[in-house]
Amino acid sequence: MADSGSSNPLMLGSQQQAGGGSVDPDRMYREFAKGIWKENPVFVQVLGMCPMLAVTNSAINAVAMGAATAFVLVFSSIFVSLLRSFIPKQVRISTYIIIIATFVTVADMALKAAFPVVHKDLGAFISLIVVNCIILGRQEAFASRNRPLYAVADAIGMSIGFAFALLCLGATREILGSGTLFKYPIMGSNFQPWVIMILPPGGFLMLGMILLVFNWAGQTRAKRRHRADGEANAGGEVGSAS
Amino acid sequence: MIMRDLIWIFVGACLINNFTLSYFLGICPFMGVSSRISTAFRLGLATIFVMVITSLCASFLNAFILPHAPYLQVISFIVVIASTVQFVEMVIKKLSPALFRALGIFLPLITTNCAILALALFQTSKEYTLIQGLAFALGAGSGFTLALVLMAGLREELELSTIPGVIKGTALNMIIAGLLSLAFMGFAGLFSGAA
Repeated sequence: MADSGSSNPLMLGSQQQAGGGSVDPDRMYREFAKGIWKENPVFVQVLGMCPMLAVTNSAINAVAMGAATAFVLVFSSIFVSLLRSFIPKQVRISTYIIIIATFVTVADMALKAAFPVVHKDLGAFISLIVVNCIILGRQEAFASRNRPLYAVADAIGMSIGFAFALLCLGATREILGSGTLFKYPIMGSNFQPWVIMILPPGGFLMLGMILLVFNWAGQTRAKRRHRADGEANAGGEVGSAS
Repeated sequence: MIMRDLIWIFVGACLINNFTLSYFLGICPFMGVSSRISTAFRLGLATIFVMVITSLCASFLNAFILPHAPYLQVISFIVVIASTVQFVEMVIKKLSPALFRALGIFLPLITTNCAILALALFQTSKEYTLIQGLAFALGAGSGFTLALVLMAGLREELELSTIPGVIKGTALNMIIAGLLSLAFMGFAGLFSGAA
């Protein structure tokens, strides 16, 4: 990846041990905002690829998956954060997994009762939220070290980032692959759909392309910043010499 | 007749509905561990082993426990998988310390490989018997190993070529995976040809 800071995704996020004291609204906002763009779980940390690719053949499925993941992530973060001083270090991963699995079961049953059609489309992938590395990663890297309020802010930010990535990929694949968006035809009647886009290879190719654009944008920005720094330094040297 | 049925389950899980390339399961190890053929192959073997044991355990759970408490499905499967992986880790450590060192961190990470939980879930939803489940597990594991080794082979070759900086890393791996997946779609004709 272009961003060298993302080489170890589990260590991202703040490392502060939580203490007493009041809640700092600035920090709340920072923890919330970082997940959406700067540490976006999919585009920057490259986590959670399996659901990302499997359910994004239409925008509706992408939204449903995003919502289910958000529910599980927020509630497991609250629980892990509340229980963080009771969970023994040796069995922490198993404990997190059982907490996550509980909320996944809740989400699975709620979705089955409320939206049976979407539930059928997503199939086993709702249950597979248990092994989504974004969720376990956030528990280990953030919720287990921070107070519940910050953990919720972080979880909501990461969920929005993940849902945004799902929607990007889902909408692009649906537009190109079926010529529709949320089932409304938008490409006109002469459009010849690229069927490959809603089939498995299209998922890999499209995600590759999106990551390519992200890399390119990151490199261009870094180059521009580098050049700006260079000019500023040069200007400073000239200034000191005169 | 039974034998033929089992062979089709195996081929179906291995090639036609390859777990990694057409269901997108196990993408994390697929992207993370596919830089050397030798490690990729060993990880594949460990995954096959865990899959077979998981399939056995899932059959028992389906027969004896889950009919009484269907809401425990996800939780019981994940607990079984986590303990199987732990068990396999201890056995390998005892029997072959060399292999244990070679696998390193990848061994515990098998727990979070979604292909394994998916195997248990698919096996349940397709209502396979014990033997069919075993054929399914072997097929899925071999398919995962095949995809992993193919990918590792391609990536070893890529190291020798010059690549534009902007496409390096995950973006290029995704596009290669897309092409591999495209190639595997050709196997879809196998079933209609046989019928």
